[in-house]
Amino acid sequence: MITTTAIESTAELTEQERAQAARLEAVWREPTGFWGWFKAVHHTTIGKRYAVTAFGFFLLAGLLAGGMRLQLAFPEAHILSNDLYNQFFTMHGSTMMFLFAVPMMFEAMSVYLVPLMVGTRNIAFPRLNAYSYYLYLFGGLMFYVAFACNTGADRGWFSYVPLAGPDYGPGKRPDFWAQLITFTEVSGLAVAVETIVTVFKLRAPGMSLNRIPIFVWGQVVVAFMVIFSLPGVVLSSTMLLMDRTCNTQFFNPAAGGDVLLYQHLFWWFGHPEVYIIFIPGAAIISTIVTSFSRRHVFGYLVLVLSLVATGFMAFGLWVHHMFATGIPQIAESYFTAASMVIAIPTGAQVFCWIATIATGKVVLKTPMWWAIGFFFVFIMGGMTGMFVASVPVDLQVHDTYFVVAHFHYVLIGGAVFPLFGAITYWFPKVTGRMLNETLGQLTFWLFFIGFNITFFPMHLVGIRGMPRRVYTYQPNMGWTTLNQVESLGYVLLFLAVCVLLVNVSRSLRSGAIAGPNPWNAGTLEWATSSPPPQYNFLHLPTVNGREALWDAAPNQPIVAGLPDDARSFLITRTLDAEPEGRDEFPGPTIWPFLAAVATSIAFIGSIFTPWGITIGAIPVAITMIGWFWPERQPAQRRRAREIWQSE
Amino acid sequence: MAERVERPVLDVSRLPTVGFGSRSITWWGIMGMMAIEGTVFVLMIASYFYLHSRNSEWPPHRNPPDLLWGTVNLVLFLISVVPSEWYRRRARKGDLRAVQIGLVLVSLFGIGNVIVRYFELWHLNTDWSIDAYGSAVWTLMGLHVLHLLTDLVDTIVLTVIFFTPLVEGKRFQDAEENAAYWYFVVGFWIPIYLVIYWAPRWLHA
Ligand code: HEM
Ligand SMILES: [Cu+2]
Repeated sequence: MITTTAIESTAELTEQERAQAARLEAVWREPTGFWGWFKAVHHTTIGKRYAVTAFGFFLLAGLLAGGMRLQLAFPEAHILSNDLYNQFFTMHGSTMMFLFAVPMMFEAMSVYLVPLMVGTRNIAFPRLNAYSYYLYLFGGLMFYVAFACNTGADRGWFSYVPLAGPDYGPGKRPDFWAQLITFTEVSGLAVAVETIVTVFKLRAPGMSLNRIPIFVWGQVVVAFMVIFSLPGVVLSSTMLLMDRTCNTQFFNPAAGGDVLLYQHLFWWFGHPEVYIIFIPGAAIISTIVTSFSRRHVFGYLVLVLSLVATGFMAFGLWVHHMFATGIPQIAESYFTAASMVIAIPTGAQVFCWIATIATGKVVLKTPMWWAIGFFFVFIMGGMTGMFVASVPVDLQVHDTYFVVAHFHYVLIGGAVFPLFGAITYWFPKVTGRMLNETLGQLTFWLFFIGFNITFFPMHLVGIRGMPRRVYTYQPNMGWTTLNQVESLGYVLLFLAVCVLLVNVSRSLRSGAIAGPNPWNAGTLEWATSSPPPQYNFLHLPTVNGREALWDAAPNQPIVAGLPDDARSFLITRTLDAEPEGRDEFPGPTIWPFLAAVATSIAFIGSIFTPWGITIGAIPVAITMIGWFWPERQPAQRRRAREIWQSE
Repeated sequence: MAERVERPVLDVSRLPTVGFGSRSITWWGIMGMMAIEGTVFVLMIASYFYLHSRNSEWPPHRNPPDLLWGTVNLVLFLISVVPSEWYRRRARKGDLRAVQIGLVLVSLFGIGNVIVRYFELWHLNTDWSIDAYGSAVWTLMGLHVLHLLTDLVDTIVLTVIFFTPLVEGKRFQDAEENAAYWYFVVGFWIPIYLVIYWAPRWLHA
């Protein structure tokens, strides 16, 4: 199949290539104008929206954290009432988990980067992708509008029954929480399917399984975890909503129900959730460490297997969140042991990173600093994790600030540090401009120091008995100084994020031009211009090694023969990425937006009446049919040149 | 002028544009949906038995659902597999007539399933609000109804499309995948049927 022609391989384009670029440009252009915004379906457009929206929610939840730190800085303060404080920590926790961490680490990253990294022109199911984004956005907006109307969720980020059930959770606050879950889970599940299909079927020829970039592996593992874990919270939050609005009795002990059923279902999802947030972080660290050590990563296979093993094992740990509920002792022992074992794959990854750094030529740029910060913070969080995984310690510190310290070390260490590294690392690709290095390092140090000042004392104050989720404390408890230190640390964190925002806005206007590959990195997203054109690659690449650009042969072949009058793409085989077919992506359309509006009406309606779902399903069905109804012209064009698979 | 390098090209212009099963992107999408929804079903069944383990009497103070209509539906579902498998195989050959007939038949079966399902709901012998048992039975049923209705609407829309000039290779892929999804709906009815109708009887003994 390989023939040889002379094709320009340097930055300057030939006449012929310019014409080809113009044709691709015409086919792939995103619609413009006001309505055009609602029709966009390219993964870079949607991915950027995911990232910006998720960052916006991060800022909101960060401000709520500021409110809490202000309230707790002084004993018996009255800045926030107890009722408002309940809403603040629940909104903060729920936003951070469902509207920031997962949408950012998984949806945004996966949607923007995975198609580029595997060398294709869009994500699989681009319209579903747009739909998933609007649902996510509407869910978040709904949650905050409710909060603004004094109906913010207030039963904690896991919304336990009976506290959130019909008897103790009056009003609509827990219902909005339950529906936030519904919105975000639909969008997460959609992106999970898109990611898996993109990686399984849309990879560049030559990118066999053992050459898939680690980052992409991470996102695939996460996608599988999303698919198998989210149904748990789908059920628990739906049962909660039904118990509240249609009188089912799942969690009512007086009618044969059981509150622990809620916890089992929630943590079936909730524990893997932690890894859903952390695995992309680890995969980012592998990427950054590789690029900045200027060598292939040490122990590729070990790294991939650790990610996969973590994914599997994460499903066997959920009960460690329930040690204080009086479950059988044998179960406690098993889940303690299992929780300890999961440290092994993480430890293996740490050793691979250290080996890579130790044997490479390290370039200490800002992304690398974030990776180093990650090591310290995450290992610290992992150690306190070992503490709380053992039942006696857990019973002692359960529901104290020790736990708050622990999970912020893991979550911020495992997600925010890698994320900030990722922002500095991929910003040039997304915008075409570099971030400022000095400001970047300033952000890092402010954040690193501020983080430890804020959260380290929480261990101590927790051991001294301060419970979590209390809106104030008495002056004679001996907690005041530590709380004040924590709140001061928050100021540094706040400044760090401000510096980052300044850096971003300056760079957007006047940052140094990045060029296609400013870090001389090896993965495919760096093979195209920055920002990538809407067709991603002028020539679809083929791959010759794990780091596609470092390992490319001087005459690495390119893919030719895809029609450029449609949004064509190449289908390759799952294992060896040999080409096996061609297909077309659908173009821009308003239908996913309309379907998302209809779906949102149904979801929000069902907070108030069960008819919301039943009657609300009709507009959903209509918009979905509109979405899937074939268009005549493309159908005819395709039919005219169909080639059927030979059986 | 920059240096020119000879770059070979991988010519893909002769590759098929219409592929079935694992060669079709949408087939993978449907598999993903089944994995998600299958997990929901499995966890719901697990919840049913969890609740059973928390109750001394199951079903509490009432009769298990009447067997008749659920069993009729099971038989209907199983028979519908015959026309479904027939048109699925013909779809891979691009046999327009067969797919049209098959889709009409399967739509009719689906409508039949929905009608029988209506009678089933009247013979569950429980309300969802009486106790956790009732809630679990209705939720299991509701989940399956949801899938049945979704697939029925899909099938009818696809049937209509197959009588328009919009037919192309992609639509034959859709037809094949629609049958695959129908097997999922049928396949999950077997365990759900056993749980709803037989588990209370066996657990009682
Ligand atoms: C920006 C720095 C942050 C600060 C200063 C902060 C501070 C706090 C505080 C004070 C609480 C409430 C403790 C209580 O009253 O029980 C809290 C709870 C929580 N935070 Fe953060 N946080 C930050 C970032 C994050 C991030 C990035 C995440 C997740 C990715 C996160 C997840 C949570 C969760 C899940 C809770 C528990 C909420 C609940 O009790 O229901 N936080 N945080
Ligand atoms: Cu856990």
